[in-house]
Amino acid sequence: MKAGVIVFPGSNCDIDAFKVLNNLGVDVKYIWHDDKIDNVDLILLPGGFSYGDYLRCGAIARFAKALENINEEIEKGKLVLGICNGFQILTELKALKGALLRNKNLNFICSDCNLIVENTNTPFTNQFTKGEIVNFPIAHGEGNYYIDDEGLKELIANNQIVFRYKNNPNGSVNDIAGITNKRGNVLGMMPHPERAADILLGCEDGLKLFKSILSYFKEA
Amino acid sequence: MIKAYIDVTLKKSILDPQGTAVKKGLEKLGLYSEDVRIGKHIEVVLNENNVDAAREKIDEMCRKLLVNQEVEIYTVRFEVI
Repeated sequence: MKAGVIVFPGSNCDIDAFKVLNNLGVDVKYIWHDDKIDNVDLILLPGGFSYGDYLRCGAIARFAKALENINEEIEKGKLVLGICNGFQILTELKALKGALLRNKNLNFICSDCNLIVENTNTPFTNQFTKGEIVNFPIAHGEGNYYIDDEGLKELIANNQIVFRYKNNPNGSVNDIAGITNKRGNVLGMMPHPERAADILLGCEDGLKLFKSILSYFKEA
Repeated sequence: MIKAYIDVTLKKSILDPQGTAVKKGLEKLGLYSEDVRIGKHIEVVLNENNVDAAREKIDEMCRKLLVNQEVEIYTVRFEVI
Protein backbone atom coordinates (compact mmCIF):
# COMPACT_ATOMS: atom_id res chain seq x y z
CA MET A 1 0.00 0.00 0.00
CA LYS A 2 1.23 3.48 -0.92
CA ALA A 3 0.24 6.67 0.82
CA GLY A 4 0.72 10.34 0.03
CA VAL A 5 0.57 13.15 2.57
CA ILE A 6 -0.30 16.42 0.83
CA VAL A 7 1.75 19.36 2.08
CA PHE A 8 0.15 22.78 1.71
CA PRO A 9 1.75 26.06 2.70
CA GLY A 10 0.62 26.18 6.32
CA SER A 11 0.23 22.44 6.94
CA ASN A 12 1.58 21.55 10.39
CA CYS A 13 0.57 17.93 11.03
CA ASP A 14 2.07 16.53 7.84
CA ILE A 15 5.19 15.20 9.57
CA ASP A 16 3.18 13.53 12.36
CA ALA A 17 0.99 11.77 9.80
CA PHE A 18 4.00 10.76 7.69
CA LYS A 19 5.81 9.29 10.71
CA VAL A 20 2.85 7.23 11.88
CA LEU A 21 2.42 5.68 8.44
CA ASN A 22 6.15 5.22 8.00
CA ASN A 23 6.49 3.51 11.39
CA LEU A 24 3.77 1.08 10.34
CA GLY A 25 5.83 0.14 7.30
CA VAL A 26 3.69 2.00 4.76
CA ASP A 27 5.38 3.28 1.62
CA VAL A 28 4.57 6.93 2.27
CA LYS A 29 5.71 10.13 0.60
CA TYR A 30 5.03 13.83 0.87
CA ILE A 31 3.24 15.42 -2.05
CA TRP A 32 3.73 19.18 -2.43
CA HIS A 33 0.44 20.96 -3.11
CA ASP A 34 1.70 22.18 -6.47
CA ASP A 35 2.58 18.70 -7.74
CA LYS A 36 0.27 16.08 -9.14
CA ILE A 37 -0.73 13.05 -7.14
CA ASP A 38 0.31 9.83 -8.80
CA ASN A 39 -0.07 6.25 -7.87
CA VAL A 40 -1.04 6.28 -4.20
CA ASP A 41 -3.74 4.20 -2.52
CA LEU A 42 -4.35 6.62 0.33
CA ILE A 43 -4.39 10.40 0.13
CA LEU A 44 -3.98 12.10 3.50
CA LEU A 45 -4.91 15.76 3.92
CA PRO A 46 -3.17 16.81 7.13
CA GLY A 47 -4.02 19.37 9.76
CA GLY A 48 -2.77 22.91 9.81
CA PHE A 49 -3.73 26.26 8.36
CA SER A 50 -3.43 25.80 4.62
CA TYR A 51 -3.01 29.14 2.85
CA GLY A 52 -3.42 30.89 6.20
CA ASP A 53 -7.11 29.90 6.35
CA TYR A 54 -7.75 32.95 4.13
CA LEU A 55 -11.40 33.60 3.24
CA ARG A 56 -12.56 30.36 4.93
CA CYS A 57 -10.64 27.35 6.22
CA GLY A 58 -9.91 25.11 3.25
CA ALA A 59 -11.44 27.48 0.70
CA ILE A 60 -8.20 28.17 -1.16
CA ALA A 61 -6.65 24.71 -0.69
CA ARG A 62 -9.24 23.15 -2.92
CA PHE A 63 -7.59 24.83 -5.94
CA ALA A 64 -4.24 23.13 -5.29
CA LYS A 65 -2.81 21.29 -8.28
CA ALA A 66 -2.53 18.15 -6.14
CA LEU A 67 -6.30 18.18 -5.62
CA GLU A 68 -7.26 18.90 -9.24
CA ASN A 69 -8.72 15.45 -9.85
CA ILE A 70 -9.52 14.47 -6.30
CA ASN A 71 -13.29 14.22 -6.75
CA GLU A 72 -12.78 11.88 -9.73
CA GLU A 73 -10.33 9.79 -7.70
CA ILE A 74 -12.86 9.62 -4.86
CA GLU A 75 -15.50 8.45 -7.28
CA LYS A 76 -13.16 5.68 -8.39
CA GLY A 77 -12.91 4.54 -4.76
CA LYS A 78 -9.56 5.98 -3.65
CA LEU A 79 -9.21 6.31 0.12
CA VAL A 80 -8.96 9.88 1.39
CA LEU A 81 -8.40 10.81 5.03
CA GLY A 82 -8.77 14.46 6.02
CA ILE A 83 -7.76 15.39 9.54
CA CYS A 84 -8.69 18.77 11.03
CA ASN A 85 -7.82 21.25 8.26
CA GLY A 86 -8.05 18.26 5.92
CA PHE A 87 -11.70 17.80 6.99
CA GLN A 88 -12.36 21.48 6.33
CA ILE A 89 -10.81 21.15 2.86
CA LEU A 90 -12.97 18.09 2.09
CA THR A 91 -16.16 20.00 2.94
CA GLU A 92 -15.04 22.93 0.75
CA LEU A 93 -14.41 20.41 -2.05
CA LYS A 94 -17.95 19.10 -1.46
CA ALA A 95 -16.43 15.65 -1.09
CA LEU A 96 -18.08 15.64 2.34
CA LYS A 97 -21.33 17.33 3.27
CA GLY A 98 -21.71 20.19 5.72
CA ALA A 99 -19.31 22.90 6.85
CA LEU A 100 -17.01 23.68 9.78
CA LEU A 101 -17.85 26.90 11.62
CA ARG A 102 -16.18 28.83 14.43
CA ASN A 103 -16.31 26.96 17.74
CA LYS A 104 -19.41 27.89 19.66
CA ASN A 105 -17.38 29.43 22.52
CA LEU A 106 -15.11 31.24 20.00
CA ASN A 107 -12.01 29.74 21.63
CA PHE A 108 -9.27 27.81 19.92
CA ILE A 109 -9.53 24.50 21.78
CA CYS A 110 -6.42 22.40 22.28
CA SER A 111 -7.06 19.42 24.56
CA ASP A 112 -7.52 15.70 24.90
CA CYS A 113 -10.93 14.61 23.76
CA ASN A 114 -12.99 11.47 24.27
CA LEU A 115 -14.75 10.16 21.20
CA ILE A 116 -17.29 7.41 20.69
CA VAL A 117 -16.62 5.12 17.74
CA GLU A 118 -20.01 4.90 16.02
CA ASN A 119 -19.27 2.98 12.86
CA THR A 120 -16.63 0.27 12.58
CA ASN A 121 -17.68 -0.82 9.12
CA THR A 122 -15.33 1.54 7.28
CA PRO A 123 -11.81 1.17 5.88
CA PHE A 124 -10.69 3.57 8.62
CA THR A 125 -12.25 2.03 11.71
CA ASN A 126 -12.39 -1.76 11.24
CA GLN A 127 -9.96 -2.33 14.16
CA PHE A 128 -12.19 -0.51 16.69
CA THR A 129 -15.18 -1.85 18.57
CA LYS A 130 -18.54 -0.15 18.08
CA GLY A 131 -19.23 2.10 21.05
CA GLU A 132 -15.58 2.12 22.10
CA ILE A 133 -14.38 5.33 23.75
CA VAL A 134 -11.07 6.59 22.40
CA ASN A 135 -8.94 9.58 23.24
CA PHE A 136 -7.63 11.72 20.38
CA PRO A 137 -6.47 15.31 20.89
CA ILE A 138 -8.29 18.19 19.25
CA ALA A 139 -6.70 21.49 18.26
CA HIS A 140 -9.01 23.77 16.31
CA GLY A 141 -10.78 27.11 16.25
CA GLU A 142 -13.22 26.12 13.52
CA GLY A 143 -14.42 22.63 14.32
CA ASN A 144 -18.09 23.32 14.86
CA TYR A 145 -19.63 20.93 12.34
CA TYR A 146 -22.82 22.18 10.74
CA ILE A 147 -25.25 20.37 8.49
CA ASP A 148 -28.92 21.11 7.91
CA ASP A 149 -31.65 18.82 9.26
CA GLU A 150 -32.17 17.03 5.99
CA GLY A 151 -28.44 16.41 5.58
CA LEU A 152 -28.20 15.11 9.13
CA LYS A 153 -31.01 12.64 8.53
CA GLU A 154 -29.14 11.38 5.49
CA LEU A 155 -25.87 11.00 7.44
CA ILE A 156 -27.65 9.00 10.11
CA ALA A 157 -29.60 6.85 7.65
CA ASN A 158 -26.41 5.97 5.72
CA ASN A 159 -24.33 5.33 8.84
CA GLN A 160 -21.91 8.08 7.81
CA ILE A 161 -21.25 9.36 11.32
CA VAL A 162 -18.06 7.58 12.37
CA PHE A 163 -16.98 9.49 15.50
CA ARG A 164 -19.06 11.47 18.00
CA TYR A 165 -17.75 13.62 20.84
CA LYS A 166 -18.51 12.24 24.29
CA ASN A 167 -18.62 15.81 25.61
CA ASN A 168 -19.27 18.15 22.69
CA PRO A 169 -16.47 20.76 22.88
CA ASN A 170 -17.34 23.03 19.97
CA GLY A 171 -21.09 23.05 19.31
CA SER A 172 -21.05 20.50 16.48
CA VAL A 173 -24.47 19.34 15.29
CA ASN A 174 -25.37 15.94 16.78
CA ASP A 175 -21.94 15.78 18.54
CA ILE A 176 -20.36 14.92 15.20
CA ALA A 177 -16.56 14.64 15.22
CA GLY A 178 -16.02 12.67 12.03
CA ILE A 179 -18.01 11.56 8.99
CA THR A 180 -17.53 9.62 5.79
CA ASN A 181 -19.01 10.16 2.37
CA LYS A 182 -21.87 7.89 1.36
CA ARG A 183 -19.56 5.32 -0.23
CA GLY A 184 -17.33 5.27 2.85
CA ASN A 185 -13.97 5.83 1.15
CA VAL A 186 -13.53 9.41 2.43
CA LEU A 187 -13.22 10.18 6.14
CA GLY A 188 -13.06 13.69 7.54
CA MET A 189 -12.52 14.28 11.24
CA MET A 190 -11.53 17.18 13.48
CA PRO A 191 -9.67 15.16 16.17
CA HIS A 192 -6.08 14.08 15.52
CA PRO A 193 -5.45 10.30 15.53
CA GLU A 194 -1.89 10.91 14.29
CA ARG A 195 -1.13 12.79 17.51
CA ALA A 196 -2.31 9.82 19.58
CA ALA A 197 -0.26 7.13 17.91
CA ASP A 198 2.66 6.65 20.25
CA ILE A 199 2.53 5.77 23.93
CA LEU A 200 5.49 8.11 24.49
CA LEU A 201 3.12 10.94 23.58
CA GLY A 202 0.58 9.77 26.13
CA CYS A 203 -1.85 7.72 24.09
CA GLU A 204 -1.87 5.35 21.15
CA ASP A 205 -5.59 4.99 20.49
CA GLY A 206 -5.08 6.67 17.12
CA LEU A 207 -2.84 3.88 15.91
CA LYS A 208 -5.92 1.68 15.42
CA LEU A 209 -7.21 4.04 12.75
CA PHE A 210 -4.05 3.65 10.69
CA LYS A 211 -3.94 -0.11 11.35
CA SER A 212 -7.53 -0.28 10.08
CA ILE A 213 -6.41 1.21 6.78
CA LEU A 214 -3.58 -1.35 6.54
CA SER A 215 -5.98 -4.16 7.32
CA TYR A 216 -8.40 -2.87 4.67
CA PHE A 217 -5.70 -3.10 2.02
CA LYS A 218 -4.51 -6.51 3.21
CA GLU A 219 -7.99 -7.92 2.84
CA ALA A 220 -8.63 -6.23 -0.49
CA MET B 1 -15.42 50.21 -14.23
CA ILE B 2 -17.74 48.85 -11.63
CA LYS B 3 -16.99 48.23 -8.00
CA ALA B 4 -18.98 45.57 -6.18
CA TYR B 5 -19.37 45.74 -2.41
CA ILE B 6 -20.18 42.24 -1.16
CA ASP B 7 -21.36 41.49 2.36
CA VAL B 8 -21.24 37.89 3.51
CA THR B 9 -22.99 36.78 6.70
CA LEU B 10 -24.01 33.51 8.27
CA LYS B 11 -27.53 32.38 7.42
CA LYS B 12 -30.15 33.51 9.92
CA SER B 13 -30.71 29.90 11.00
CA ILE B 14 -27.07 29.58 12.08
CA LEU B 15 -25.86 30.77 15.45
CA ASP B 16 -23.32 33.59 15.15
CA PRO B 17 -21.35 33.41 18.42
CA GLN B 18 -19.28 36.48 17.47
CA GLY B 19 -22.43 38.54 16.99
CA THR B 20 -23.82 37.26 20.29
CA ALA B 21 -20.59 38.18 22.12
CA VAL B 22 -20.59 41.68 20.62
CA LYS B 23 -24.29 42.14 21.46
CA LYS B 24 -23.45 41.31 25.09
CA GLY B 25 -20.51 43.74 24.97
CA LEU B 26 -22.77 46.50 23.74
CA GLU B 27 -25.18 45.74 26.56
CA LYS B 28 -22.35 46.30 29.08
CA LEU B 29 -22.17 49.81 27.63
CA GLY B 30 -25.90 50.25 28.06
CA LEU B 31 -26.44 49.98 24.30
CA TYR B 32 -29.24 47.51 23.68
CA SER B 33 -30.04 45.84 20.38
CA GLU B 34 -32.32 43.10 19.10
CA ASP B 35 -29.63 41.24 17.21
CA VAL B 36 -26.01 41.59 16.06
CA ARG B 37 -24.57 39.58 13.18
CA ILE B 38 -20.96 39.77 12.07
CA GLY B 39 -19.79 38.99 8.58
CA LYS B 40 -17.20 39.67 5.93
CA HIS B 41 -16.95 42.59 3.53
CA ILE B 42 -15.37 42.01 0.12
CA GLU B 43 -14.80 44.62 -2.60
CA VAL B 44 -14.25 43.53 -6.18
CA VAL B 45 -13.48 45.90 -9.07
CA LEU B 46 -14.55 44.74 -12.52
CA ASN B 47 -13.55 46.12 -15.90
CA GLU B 48 -17.18 46.32 -16.85
CA ASN B 49 -19.71 49.09 -17.52
CA ASN B 50 -22.93 47.17 -17.45
CA VAL B 51 -24.36 46.47 -13.98
CA ASP B 52 -26.31 43.41 -15.15
CA ALA B 53 -23.17 41.85 -16.59
CA ALA B 54 -21.28 42.77 -13.41
CA ARG B 55 -23.98 41.17 -11.29
CA GLU B 56 -23.72 37.96 -13.26
CA LYS B 57 -19.92 37.85 -12.77
CA ILE B 58 -20.14 38.63 -9.06
CA ASP B 59 -22.86 36.00 -8.54
CA GLU B 60 -20.60 33.43 -10.16
CA MET B 61 -17.66 34.50 -7.96
CA CYS B 62 -19.82 34.24 -4.86
CA ARG B 63 -21.22 30.86 -5.85
CA LYS B 64 -17.87 29.35 -6.76
CA LEU B 65 -15.59 30.76 -4.06
CA LEU B 66 -16.46 33.85 -2.05
CA VAL B 67 -19.49 32.40 -0.27
CA ASN B 68 -20.09 28.96 1.20
CA GLN B 69 -23.78 28.69 0.49
CA GLU B 70 -24.17 25.80 2.93
CA VAL B 71 -23.89 28.29 5.76
CA GLU B 72 -23.59 31.83 4.34
CA ILE B 73 -25.69 34.37 2.44
CA TYR B 74 -24.56 37.51 0.64
CA THR B 75 -25.77 40.87 -0.58
CA VAL B 76 -24.10 43.02 -3.24
CA ARG B 77 -24.14 46.76 -3.95
CA PHE B 78 -22.67 48.14 -7.18
CA GLU B 79 -21.01 51.46 -7.86
CA VAL B 80 -19.87 52.75 -11.24
CA ILE B 81 -16.38 54.20 -10.76
